[in-house]
Amino acid sequence: MSFLEIRNLSAKVKGNPVRLLRGVSLEVEAGEVRGLVGESGAGKSMIGKAILGTLPASVELTAGQILLGGEDLGALSPKARRSRIGATCALIPQDPLTALNPSRRIGPQITDRLVDILGWGRAKAEARALELLAEVHIPDPARVLRAYPHELSGGMRQRILIASAFAAEPKLIVADEPTTALDVTVQKQILKLIAEMQARHGTALLFVTHDLGVVSKVCDRLSVLYGGMVVEDTTTRAFFAGPSHAYSRALLAATPKYTDPEGSLTPVPEEVLVAVQGELVMADRAYGRAGGTHG
Amino acid sequence: MRSVERCLTLLRAVLSRLATTLITLIGVAVIVFFVIRVVPGNPIAMMVAPGATEADIAALKAQYGLDKSIPVQFGIWLSGVVHGDFGTSITTRQPVLSLVLSRLPATLELSVMALIIAMILGGFAALTGTRLRGTRTEAAIDVGNGMALSVPDFLWGLLLILGFGVLLPVFHISGRVTPSLDLPFVTNFYLTEALLRLRFDLWADIVSHMFLPALALAIPLAAIIGQLLKQSLKETMHLDYVTLSRTKGYGENHVILREALPNAILPTLTLVGVQFTFLIGGTVIIERLFSYEGLGNMAIDAVINRDLPLIQGIVILFALIFTLVNLAVDLCYAALNPRLRHG
Repeated sequence: MSFLEIRNLSAKVKGNPVRLLRGVSLEVEAGEVRGLVGESGAGKSMIGKAILGTLPASVELTAGQILLGGEDLGALSPKARRSRIGATCALIPQDPLTALNPSRRIGPQITDRLVDILGWGRAKAEARALELLAEVHIPDPARVLRAYPHELSGGMRQRILIASAFAAEPKLIVADEPTTALDVTVQKQILKLIAEMQARHGTALLFVTHDLGVVSKVCDRLSVLYGGMVVEDTTTRAFFAGPSHAYSRALLAATPKYTDPEGSLTPVPEEVLVAVQGELVMADRAYGRAGGTHG
Repeated sequence: MRSVERCLTLLRAVLSRLATTLITLIGVAVIVFFVIRVVPGNPIAMMVAPGATEADIAALKAQYGLDKSIPVQFGIWLSGVVHGDFGTSITTRQPVLSLVLSRLPATLELSVMALIIAMILGGFAALTGTRLRGTRTEAAIDVGNGMALSVPDFLWGLLLILGFGVLLPVFHISGRVTPSLDLPFVTNFYLTEALLRLRFDLWADIVSHMFLPALALAIPLAAIIGQLLKQSLKETMHLDYVTLSRTKGYGENHVILREALPNAILPTLTLVGVQFTFLIGGTVIIERLFSYEGLGNMAIDAVINRDLPLIQGIVILFALIFTLVNLAVDLCYAALNPRLRHG
């Protein structure tokens, strides 16, 4: 059974009729790694934020449901929704340099959820934090727990954030472009670490990225987004064997090849963009006919 | 080992700051000494009885050393100051140092009370505005801040006297304590001592005298604190670690107080330090308005009477307080910001 199920989710900015998400549906099975790819503005981060309840106040969900473990988040009170998300989901953020509070030590930033939300004892939570830091290959974990974020490198901080995401043994982790802000040399290690931790803990992972290379390495399935609409939902193997949607094919063709560094970059062809934008218009019309709000 | 090193670094920083303070104070002394002797007005003219002869005036001038040239007077005064002698007040004929020190506690207590009120009011406004951002309450807080900021402290003083002293007489509006009370105090820190001696009856009377002047001083500062803190909270609320804390299951109150506030408070703290010195300056008029027996009130009397040694003493003391407050703020800043603490 899938742990996360998004049904027909639509979102828009308040006071603006243009939809940011156009009836997105996707499922993440327990223990599965699902890639969410698309160009900037396709709405991939928006989906992650909708799941974790961190959409900006200016964005509203106009239709659809998000189900965690079969439970509709929209049906819960805000407080119940928060603790439900906090207890079962976690986020690996994009930029490790801004994702740790500079005025707090590392230890409490890992253990706070365990103690405050899940009700663990402090000693047990600290033991767990030490264990996790060792798991993400951080030398001298006891010292790191007492350190402040500015005393650690970016790669170290991303390891800590990964450890922190796995701390409560969540059912689902949303990784929002977790390697984009890192050095290329560190990217590969972090990617390997996320895959390793995911496999060990059997956590479902929603991997938001614009990098198809990353998807090919870590994901089981992927959804391709364009303009807030899922244009293709397939297995990674099938996607790289030959995507069925014209936009996906163009996206794949546009990815630079390491094997052919001299080859020129292929942009997504005009006619493909026109076609996919036509699909968006059709989707919006259907949504309007079904009584969706447009204002 | 590391903590010892840290202490030494801190000590060195404090000492170098104190050295700078000394230079500042000498500069202030030079300026005030010469300026008050250049402006028109003559202390002797205020003292002599009508019909005094030229010889009487000359004798008085000689007695206070005013017959010598200004640089020579300065030299005499400075050598006295180095030995802890700030001269004798011309009007009261008492040593300046003991006069000033006897009034200092009253002004310090008033300023600190005003600062505490300002921090409570401003902090409350900022936190409420952040918690209810985008609502009418936030807009109302902004309007209130603007009003509090655009009316100067002495006008607030007058309004408060009118409102809570005359129309609705709940507070005392004059003096520091009810004169008929029997005071057992050995220091001039009345408020602190009443508290330490557990004399809550006296404490309540003193607070009732201090509250309105402190509030008048606090209102503009509270508005500045409220505005700046709300602004920096707003910026901090968009940062990734705040978002991360939300995904952990924390509610808005926790996110604001524990994640955002400790970081957002730093710029406000610097400003409070600077503004606190303005606040001490503001006591001069507010103390006059409420007939509060502090340094500020004494300063006005000293200027009216051209009591040169007393003016000098008060100004030097104010300058000393200003620099010490700034030092204290820097130390607080270092304590709150781990990046500086290890610097």
